Amino acid sequence: MKNKNVIEVENLSKLFGDFAAVNNISFQVKAGEIFGFLGANGAGKTTAMKMLIGISSPTSGKATVAGFDVYKEAESIKKNIGYMSQKFALYDDLTVKENITFFGGIYGLSKKQIDQKRCELVEELGLKEVTNSLVASLPLGWKQKLAFSVSLLHEPKIVFLDEPTGGVDPITRRQFWEMIYKAAHNGTTIFVTTHYMDEAEYCDRVSIMVNGKIEALDTPKKLKEHYKTDTMNDVFLKLARG
Amino acid sequence: MNIILYIIRKEFKQIFRNKGMLPIIFILPVLQLVILSNAATYEIKNIQFGYVDADNSSTSRGLIEQFEASTYFNVSEKFPSDKEASQAMQEGAIDAYLNIPVHFERDLQKDKTKALGVIIDAIDGSAAGVINVYITQIIQHYNKTIVTDLVQVSDMAQQPDSIDSIPLFWYNQTLNYKTFMVPGILVLLVTMITLFLSGMNIVREKEIGTLEQINVTPIRKHHFIIGKLFPFWVLGMGLLTIGLILAKVIFNTPMLGNLGLLYAYTSVYILVILGMGLFISNFTDTQQQAMFIAWFFVVIFILMSGLFTPIESMPKWAQLLTEFNPIKYFVEIIRMVMLKGSGFTDIFPLAIKTLVYAIIMNGLAVWSYKKTS
Repeated sequence: MKNKNVIEVENLSKLFGDFAAVNNISFQVKAGEIFGFLGANGAGKTTAMKMLIGISSPTSGKATVAGFDVYKEAESIKKNIGYMSQKFALYDDLTVKENITFFGGIYGLSKKQIDQKRCELVEELGLKEVTNSLVASLPLGWKQKLAFSVSLLHEPKIVFLDEPTGGVDPITRRQFWEMIYKAAHNGTTIFVTTHYMDEAEYCDRVSIMVNGKIEALDTPKKLKEHYKTDTMNDVFLKLARG
Repeated sequence: MNIILYIIRKEFKQIFRNKGMLPIIFILPVLQLVILSNAATYEIKNIQFGYVDADNSSTSRGLIEQFEASTYFNVSEKFPSDKEASQAMQEGAIDAYLNIPVHFERDLQKDKTKALGVIIDAIDGSAAGVINVYITQIIQHYNKTIVTDLVQVSDMAQQPDSIDSIPLFWYNQTLNYKTFMVPGILVLLVTMITLFLSGMNIVREKEIGTLEQINVTPIRKHHFIIGKLFPFWVLGMGLLTIGLILAKVIFNTPMLGNLGLLYAYTSVYILVILGMGLFISNFTDTQQQAMFIAWFFVVIFILMSGLFTPIESMPKWAQLLTEFNPIKYFVEIIRMVMLKGSGFTDIFPLAIKTLVYAIIMNGLAVWSYKKTS
């Protein structure tokens, strides 16, 4: 199980006119892995991710996610993945409880399952006091943790996180990564983009994208050895600067 | 099915939680119905009327008295000459004036005929036409009384009996303009509110990013769309109800036909509008764009709906265009059902057209809604 690939990407490209936002990338992600997907702003991370989660059609290449083809079986992929976008994407004008109920509902969970999940989740995040408050009134860090938990409601095989910790304080970031570890421990594959290089160190493997191409892909340890640096930060700077 | 219910519940919560939108949805339409129905009238009243009386005889004064007695005219002023009168019209102080020449009385008695000058401000051509008819009627009526005064009884016998036509105004006996306008304005409100709200709703989710979150769920397109649009369908029907109650209570608008029929028709009609709103939101990225496009169509549809100007008097090509105007269908049907008491068979052809329209519009909307770009 551990060595089975849940994401397989081969020569995947996405063109916008003449501009290749994603240029011929290939990689595999194994089940249960925490896969860091790094790159500077505009390197093509989000575009690549959108193709994998089935909301953007690739121009060419092959890709399967959870065993389903991104061209033909996008809707089947969606049953098996969770997604948390860069933009905070819960409803501000609904309460914590209502958001959980809504997203649980549209993933087709039963009322009983939703109630159970909600209790667990609220307990775990310490949101008991605010279950009936509008999400708009929560601090950003809480919102992000809530959004992550909501993306896991339907127990997806893979969860895609697009800069989940942007703009969040260090303590909350730490807690967030504890949640990620816990999810990975439970067998969920984590596909995460980030700009924080300390976070890159937490990943099992990382890829670094530069101008639409994957320039490096390995464990953080091996990458540091290869580029003869002490930190992922330096690895990133060396690559991103060309 | 359950999934649709979850969406519907969420939409209703959001609508009723939006403190900025609620008054726009419920209070503005009420105000508009009350204000527009009273203000949007084509009855020409309060015509500012002046005159030049160069004759200053009992006949000319008698004529002016006729105007003063009329409820349509406000006789404002006697001008010393044509120059002052035309100056007043230039300034907008009067809408029309009568120019009574010297020797009006004398010539009338002697020659049995005399010309009168009637000058009307015709910037609004149709209003000028109506004013002209009013003035002509008053003068003719006065003319008759003069004739009776002048002509000897012996001559009277030789006069042919005059032919009088007796008009009967069906469906709106008192020619009450509000009876005509209220149903139409009701159509306008139901249309505008449902179009704007549905058009902006999905774009709003695009703007705040939640639509992307929805698109990565395995939700079926039509589930999402039905769930999204159903609350606005309910709102539209609610608005119709509020409007009908106001029409009865405030304007005492007749409701001769079957209200059930009207509701049944409206339920299909709103689908057309919702489909249109969704279609617009699929091709726009911001609420502002959606609003402008929706506004563009609403203005054209309203002006070409027969609500304010009769379709019969439009040029042929414009009449052809109105065949594609859903507001026109509804205006026609609501007037037929409420004022004429038309039944199912009477509205059947238009109802079928509306249904086809609804199917096409919603088909296009569902087709153009893409979960994957």
